[in-house]
Amino acid sequence: MSGHSTYVPRTAIGKWFEARLPIVRLLHDTAVSYPTPRNLNALWTFGGILAMMLVVQIVTGIVLAMHYAAESHVAFRSVEGIMRDVNWGWLIRYLHANGASMFFIAVYVHIFRGLYYGSYKAPREILWILGVIIYLLMMAAAFMGYVLPWGQMSFWGATVITNFFTALPIVGQPIQTLLIGGFSVDNATLNRFYSLHYLLPFLIAGVVVLHIWALHVVGQNNPLGIDVKNDKDTVPFTPFATSKDAMWMVLFLIFYAWFVFYQPNFLGHPDNYIEANPLATPAHIVPEWYFLPFYAILRAIDFNLGPIDSKLGGVLAMFGAIAVLAFLPWLDTSKVRSGRFRPIFKVAFWLFGLNALFLGFLGSVKTDDIIMGMQAVVWAKLSTLYYFLYFLVILPLLGYIEKPRPLPVSINDAILAKSAH
Amino acid sequence: MTAKMIRWAAVAFAAGIALTSSIAAAQETAVVYPLITPTRHEWSFAGIFGQYDKAQLQRGYQVYKEVCSACHSMKLVKFRNLSDEGGPGFSEDAVKVLASTYSIQDGPNDAGDMFERPRLPSDPFPSPFANDNAARAANGGALPPDMSLLAKARAVHRGFPWFVFDMFWPYQEQGPDYIASLITGYQDPPEGVTVPEGTYYNPHFINGISLRMPPPIDNDVVQYSDGTPQTKEQYAEDVSAFLMWAAEPHLNARKELGLKVMLFLIVFAGILYFVKRQVWRGVAH
Repeated sequence: MSGHSTYVPRTAIGKWFEARLPIVRLLHDTAVSYPTPRNLNALWTFGGILAMMLVVQIVTGIVLAMHYAAESHVAFRSVEGIMRDVNWGWLIRYLHANGASMFFIAVYVHIFRGLYYGSYKAPREILWILGVIIYLLMMAAAFMGYVLPWGQMSFWGATVITNFFTALPIVGQPIQTLLIGGFSVDNATLNRFYSLHYLLPFLIAGVVVLHIWALHVVGQNNPLGIDVKNDKDTVPFTPFATSKDAMWMVLFLIFYAWFVFYQPNFLGHPDNYIEANPLATPAHIVPEWYFLPFYAILRAIDFNLGPIDSKLGGVLAMFGAIAVLAFLPWLDTSKVRSGRFRPIFKVAFWLFGLNALFLGFLGSVKTDDIIMGMQAVVWAKLSTLYYFLYFLVILPLLGYIEKPRPLPVSINDAILAKSAH
Repeated sequence: MTAKMIRWAAVAFAAGIALTSSIAAAQETAVVYPLITPTRHEWSFAGIFGQYDKAQLQRGYQVYKEVCSACHSMKLVKFRNLSDEGGPGFSEDAVKVLASTYSIQDGPNDAGDMFERPRLPSDPFPSPFANDNAARAANGGALPPDMSLLAKARAVHRGFPWFVFDMFWPYQEQGPDYIASLITGYQDPPEGVTVPEGTYYNPHFINGISLRMPPPIDNDVVQYSDGTPQTKEQYAEDVSAFLMWAAEPHLNARKELGLKVMLFLIVFAGILYFVKRQVWRGVAH
């Protein structure tokens, strides 16, 4: 909806800038006059919440970096120094550690909103793919950040995850050696992860700019999933979206503060308060909660498939589970965007959501635990199967067999019809 | 439209809860340690308004000093912390005197020699052993863990669905509950159970049926000066509270600030709600 710009510089300094660098115009068009569909619900505020969390993570991270020492003999102690001796260090560190979890909670809401309302469909394919790239970068940043405190889970998590790369034939081993800077996770690993952990958020910020740019070209999707027809369907971003975003951001901050102040270690693992020890393997190595569904998929593949052994198979399935998202715009063949008008899709979608939660649960237990009379790994296979079926079979087929409910003529019509009731 | 969405989410959530609770119920238990779930204690520092009890921290320090410190180091805690705000609240002078009763190697001096000097408040607690190997050699091969972070490094998995409830009804005292339960949890092994040589049966131990640490404390071992009952259970609670403070010295400040932040955010959110309502008034959406 990049329409005609309505900005008119009024002040002298505004005119001076306008003739040299029209940055005020850019901001005005982006955050003030930008038309947003008037029927957006609260789920659409999570983009703003994510932008806020990115800033929180960068600011707290830069302060932490002033006090942190990336050297394997002192890293753990330097984090404890932050917790004990740095003024407000405990606050900054708890904000950052819990901020990562909040970032993921927000991104999962954002992604599932996109999945339900078909926000990935034309003309928003690039917007969506940029989002998938941001998600991947977030995962890399979070994983490397978790290594920095150099606790037991940091060390063993890094060992397990970098070991994935050795599954690749021929190039696997050299890639892993390059990644960890040696033959086992050590000081070299810590140093390069620290360097990359500082770099990645700025790459994320860069892709976020592209993501927002693409959004402003195609315009926001909306709960009805129909295109904006005219001005009656929209309201200006400011004050309408701004006031709503601000309210939901603060509500999200309450949720965030709840964890930071009252249970700052709930989302972490107690073993990470034990300094890394290469000679003592923890009884049960688990990744951070936001990786658990993918961890379950990884462990579900415990069988060889022709030339692909179980290890490579697991790694391919895990990365495939993320990569498949990038192809979603072409896998979903339905012309109707919003799940609201798709009776069968709706069921498949909610099952997919439950299945994702269940995968997360499976990722947290041991593979041979018995759950409802079956081994966890058997459940993980079924769940993994549904995960891929949803993307590779159900969504492509539904476009042909499902009969969507009739769509409203326009957003404005739908709103008028609703308020007439 | 939003209401409908929330209904859907609620249905999905309820279905999820039902599904997963039945999973939890049907979960067959293989051998899971600890054999006995830690006993829940009443902690002064639990909950939203929780704060450390100074007298309890002082007693806990006494137990640590007279009993635990014979084997367990506490490298991250310094003497000065004992007089910090939100801690046991010893006076600075008392801490100075206390620290000076221990010595530490310093140097080199101008002649290039290392020398012993009394500890200062800025020095850490002394460790009972020169290094981990010495600690192992003196303890039948087992390493007594450093106690600086022990209360945050031990937590018994609560499992589904408890961890979901814990999210909204905070339970962050798993560490002290575990430690207190372990200290008082020693008993004779049940009939037919034999424990490895040199270990002691304790169904509260997180990593097996027995551990190398002998029962560390008994009634009347530490003389309290404030008339607190000198029972094993009391010692266990006091030292666990002290260990929680050692692991999380700024808990008092955190909870105090948390309350202010929460109140501010709730009022702010309320104001923004009215702003939003005002802005959207007369605009159908």
